Amino acid sequence: MYAGEPAIEAYGLGMRYRRGWALRDCSFRLPAGRICGLVGPNGAGKTTLLSIAAHVLQPTNGSISLFGEAPGSVESGRRTAFLAQEKPLFRRFTVAETLRLGRELNPGWDRRAAEDIIRAGDVPFDARISTLSGGQRTRVALALAFGKRPDLLMLDEPMSDLDPVVRHEITGTLLAEAAERGTTVLMSTHVLAELENVCDYLVVVSGGGVRLAGDVDELMSVHTLVTGAKEGDGMPPALGHHTLVESRTSGRQFTALIRPEGPVTGPWDMNAPNMEELLLAYLRSPDAPPLITPTAQVHGQGFGAGAVAA
Amino acid sequence: MVVIVEYRIDRRSGVPAFQQIVQQTKQALRLGVLVPGDRLPTAKEVAETSTVNPNTTLKAYRELEREGLVEPRPGQGTFVRRTLGRPETGTDSPLYAELVAWMSKAAGAGLEQEDVAALVASAMEKQYAAGHVAAAGSTTTGSTGATTTGSTGE
Repeated sequence: MYAGEPAIEAYGLGMRYRRGWALRDCSFRLPAGRICGLVGPNGAGKTTLLSIAAHVLQPTNGSISLFGEAPGSVESGRRTAFLAQEKPLFRRFTVAETLRLGRELNPGWDRRAAEDIIRAGDVPFDARISTLSGGQRTRVALALAFGKRPDLLMLDEPMSDLDPVVRHEITGTLLAEAAERGTTVLMSTHVLAELENVCDYLVVVSGGGVRLAGDVDELMSVHTLVTGAKEGDGMPPALGHHTLVESRTSGRQFTALIRPEGPVTGPWDMNAPNMEELLLAYLRSPDAPPLITPTAQVHGQGFGAGAVAA
Repeated sequence: MVVIVEYRIDRRSGVPAFQQIVQQTKQALRLGVLVPGDRLPTAKEVAETSTVNPNTTLKAYRELEREGLVEPRPGQGTFVRRTLGRPETGTDSPLYAELVAWMSKAAGAGLEQEDVAALVASAMEKQYAAGHVAAAGSTTTGSTGATTTGSTGE
C-alpha cells in the first residue's frame, strides 16, 4: 500500500548482554514518512533497538540500515537524530548556547526551526538548562533534534517525565514538525494511550522479538474483537478456524481477539478493537502468532504474510 | 489566514480519527460554519492543536475530496468547494420547530433522554434503512419519502 523508500530495515538483529539476550532475531522494515510507535513492556529491548540504530551499541547478531546505510556512516549520521531517554544536555549551558552547539556541530543546521520550537514553549533563551522544568528540557532537546533537519528522528520514551498538559503540547509540536518536513519518526513508549491517533505505524517488541509490525489501519482492520456466551467450559469451537491472539472468559461470557481467516459467523458481538485493546492483547499473550504485514517485512521474511488480506 | 474550525477528536469513541474529521467537517458544512472558499486547517495545524497524525488528516481530506466537498490547491491548502447546508436543516426551519414540539411532548409523557434517542434512532433506521452513512455524496433524500405509516410490523 505505502511501499515507499525504507527508513529502517533490521535483519535478524540480536543483542546479548552478560545476563542474556535483550533482543533476538528482530527483523522489520519502517517505510519513510511514517510516525511509528515502538511498543513493548519494560525490558523488552526497545532502548537496545534504538541504541543500535543510533550507533550507540553494536549488535551481537544481524544488521540494521538507515536509508540503506549502516548506522555510523557519514550519510546516516547526517540524516538521523536520536533523543535518548535521559535527554543529555549540558546542564550549565544556556538555551542559546545549547542551540549554538547544535549549529556548530551540524552543517545543515536549521536555526529558525530550532528557535521556533523554543519560542513556541516560551522557554527563555538565556536560562540555564539546569533551571528548566522537565517539559522545557524536553522541548530544548526536541529543538536540537529538529534543528538538525533529520530525515529520521528516533526518540526513546520522550514523554515519560511530562505532565499531561506538556505532553499534549510536545506531542503537538512533534507531529507538526514531522508534518512540515516529512520526517520519519520512531518513538518508543509503554504508555499505550499516548499512541492512539498519533502513530500510523507500529512495531511491537516483547520477549526480545517483533510481535506485531505494520500500518496501523491495516493492523486494526485484520483483527476482530468477539464477545459472546461461553459454550460449555471454554471458547466456541467454531472460532477455532481463525487465528486466536488472546481469549479470556469471565462467568458465562468470553472475549477473544482474533484474526479472522474468513467470514466470522455466530451469535456473537463483533467489534473492531481500538489500538490499546490490540496492543494489550499481544503484550499479554507472548505465544500468539506474530503478525508482520507486507510493508513491514524485509526481504526473505515471509511469516505472517498469509494472514493479511488487506 | 484564520483557521475556521478546530477538530475535536474523541480518543475513546472507537470511531477512527479520520472519520471524526470527515464527520465534523460535514457538520460544519451543514451548519454553515464552513462556506465555499474557506480553507481547512492544514495537517500541520491539526497536528499541533489536536495531536492527530498528519497522515490521518490527509486521509480525511482525501475522502472529502472524493465526495467533491473540498479541493486541494497546491501550495495553498485544502479549500471548501460546496456547502451541505440547505434551508430545511437550519434551526429556523419548520421541520426543526415540529421536532422541538415533539420533544416536549415526549418529555411530557415522561420519556428519558435515552428513550427519546432510541425512538429517534429506530425511526431514522426505518426511514433511511437503505442509505449507507458513508456513501460518497449519493443523494438518498426523499427516495423513501412516500412510505406511509400503514406498513405492518413483524
